[in-house]
Amino acid sequence: MATELRRPRVLTGGEAVAHAMRQIDPDVVPVYPITPQTPMIEGFARFVAEGKAGGEIVNVESEHSAMSAAVGAALAGARTMTASSSQGLALMAEVVYIAASMRAPIVIALGNRALSAPINIHCDHSDSMLVRDSGAVQLFVENAQEAYDVMVMAPRIAEHPDVLLPVLVCQDGFTITHSAEPVVLLEDEEVRSFVGEYRVPYSLLDLDRVTTQGPFAMPDYYYELKYQQAAAMTAALRVLEQVSDELAVLTGRRYGALEPYRLDGAERAIVCLGSTAGTVKDVVDELRAEGERVGLLRICAFRPFPFERARAALRGVEAVAVLDRSDSPGGWPPLAAEVATALYGLPVQLRSYVYGLGGRDLHAREIREVARDVTRLDREPTYVGLRGPRCRG
Amino acid sequence: MPRLKTLVRREGGVPPLRGGHSLCQGCGIPMVVRTVLGSIETPAVVVSATGCLEVATTRYPTTAWTVPWLHVAFENAAAVASGVETAYRVLRRRGALPQADPITFVVFAGDGGTYDIGLQALSGALERGHRFLFVCYDNQAYMNTGVQRSGATPRAASTTTSPAGLESFGKVQERKDMTAIAAAHRIPYVAQAAASHWQDLGEKAARAAAADGPSFLNVLTDCPLGWGHEPRISAWIVNAAVESCLWPLYEVVEGRYRLTYRPKKVVPVEEWLRPQARFRHLFRPEARELLDAIQRRLEEDWAALLARCEADAASFDARPTQRS
Amino acid sequence: MHRLKPWSELPPGGTVVRDEAAQPETGGWRTGLKPEADLSRCVNCLLCWLYCPDAAVLLAGTTFVGFDERFCKGCEICAEICPTGAIEMVAEGDGD
Repeated sequence: MATELRRPRVLTGGEAVAHAMRQIDPDVVPVYPITPQTPMIEGFARFVAEGKAGGEIVNVESEHSAMSAAVGAALAGARTMTASSSQGLALMAEVVYIAASMRAPIVIALGNRALSAPINIHCDHSDSMLVRDSGAVQLFVENAQEAYDVMVMAPRIAEHPDVLLPVLVCQDGFTITHSAEPVVLLEDEEVRSFVGEYRVPYSLLDLDRVTTQGPFAMPDYYYELKYQQAAAMTAALRVLEQVSDELAVLTGRRYGALEPYRLDGAERAIVCLGSTAGTVKDVVDELRAEGERVGLLRICAFRPFPFERARAALRGVEAVAVLDRSDSPGGWPPLAAEVATALYGLPVQLRSYVYGLGGRDLHAREIREVARDVTRLDREPTYVGLRGPRCRG
Repeated sequence: MPRLKTLVRREGGVPPLRGGHSLCQGCGIPMVVRTVLGSIETPAVVVSATGCLEVATTRYPTTAWTVPWLHVAFENAAAVASGVETAYRVLRRRGALPQADPITFVVFAGDGGTYDIGLQALSGALERGHRFLFVCYDNQAYMNTGVQRSGATPRAASTTTSPAGLESFGKVQERKDMTAIAAAHRIPYVAQAAASHWQDLGEKAARAAAADGPSFLNVLTDCPLGWGHEPRISAWIVNAAVESCLWPLYEVVEGRYRLTYRPKKVVPVEEWLRPQARFRHLFRPEARELLDAIQRRLEEDWAALLARCEADAASFDARPTQRS
Repeated sequence: MHRLKPWSELPPGGTVVRDEAAQPETGGWRTGLKPEADLSRCVNCLLCWLYCPDAAVLLAGTTFVGFDERFCKGCEICAEICPTGAIEMVAEGDGD
């Protein structure tokens, strides 16, 4: 049952994350600045300085150390969060893998930003994709409200005993991090009660049950320890839905692993991550009003990818256009590859579109063009808005 | 002054690093670990960097560690320890720790994980003032991966990536003065120690652990394989480094330098070099100049250290800030 | 013999609980010599105890009593460091 309407505040996605962090009140927050994540850590730092959050910020000397300190803190039993973007996440990457394999439930707020080179501070999803195989959960939000809501859900997902994985809450750099929108916050007590306490299974600081953590493993055991992560990811898909249900009771807003938008009876569908979904929804509404049967499938959980549900959502569609805001040179763009896997064997035509690299805007008219173009057979990715000739393999 | 019996009693029959590990026959590292942890009165939690000590003691699902122990990666032991130490303080403050014992956080890293790849994280942790003891077991090369040169490798040492040969006399560069680098961070306690002088090492570990902030110990530790000597002369060979003044034993307490051992009779550096296969090429006739240069440089460094210690002696306070 | 466990029986993240962990016996590393002590010459200085890399020197309280042959690797550090020459390396007997 949704509670009474609360008065929304006007907050950027970055500020919304800072509020969520304030209310979650983590114990340890190791951070290193990088655009466009800075409003998150600056906002949180102000809250701490004013006594509105009681944990400790560790201003480390690089992102690699931020993630390293986070692993140490999490395994010592502290609820731990950090934030990054682009090169920062790239520098963290070694330790993101280790956090996942050591089952450290760290929440990482990500302001999606393009990876160098060239150095670019604007939005694309290449940073997230760098760690797609790391074993970390990756959730993509569409707007500032969802950024807040998913941050509140994140510790519950990360810390669930069947999961125990780092969770990346990904929001588009600048587009969401720096754009002000109406955001409804929960009460402080509601968030505290929702996230509960972190119960580390084997605390490093437990002197009665002494542990060795981060051992060396030979081929006789590495494989099984890795499989544990796969099992945890499978559980994460289930836990995400449970926690989404619980948050819906509090807020009236429900997210989950994917969001179908006007897919009923759709002949063509567009699939994407993040804030672009907002523009796509507008285009879908226009096209529907013009009598075109087009819908959107927004993927919220990129990891764990909801293969079965995506397949079910798209099975009746004739042609699917997957929009990727990152590329994989020599291979297929990441989201398109996952969707292709989900649809394997179905008589659905799949087209891949790469767009928006380095923050290049995607306009509504370009999305309309994609919705029209998707029925044309083409077995290679199309680069929307690219200046210059297209190379064929 | 602690006696070995004190260390024995403190262990209570359970060594922090027990038998069953696969460190080399005659490895110099375990006694450093044992001496340091045995000299600390509180329970310890250890963070290790990747290296010999870490790999050889924790083959899953066994462990040779009887104290809580954490390893994450090679370059970040000090950052990991920063996170652990911060968690400890916050959880204590919030009343969320299972027990109330004060804990001492001790990092063990080799010279690679301290001088080179570990330097950034160490520097950051020292600057932020976390309360932990960072111990470098310095055996002067990347031993675990096969004796490759590090920033700690002394000039003219032959390693697998700076081998001596017809055209080479081993490593060209001097080693970094890591103890001075740590001292430049103005932390409460820094010391240089050696595995040969267990009592000096133990006293330093105790003083370091009592410091109210970061502390750093650089401990010369032998590696029979990497240095090229019989394991049994382990303590003796490290002692030669101390007696030749190549590896002075000193401490820096709140910025003031103090010598903790002065050889009664200084021996020529050749006594340290000759028994080690990694310096064998220095005894070719054409290496004479290089050998002399090593002796000269050592004497210059020793004189500079002596002068610094004497200058600081006037205003010296031997007690680091006590635990409040 | 250690039974190789399935993934579902392992604690998460590679954590090893000390009291559930095995200690491999490294005594097999010796190549024919083992330390032997002449107690009449031992002065309980405990240097062998401290310097043994494998914690293979056994004490009763603070008194030397012998060597733990399960873990001794035969490095001879104890024999070298003993100030009274109380420790010698001797050939291991047949069947040792």
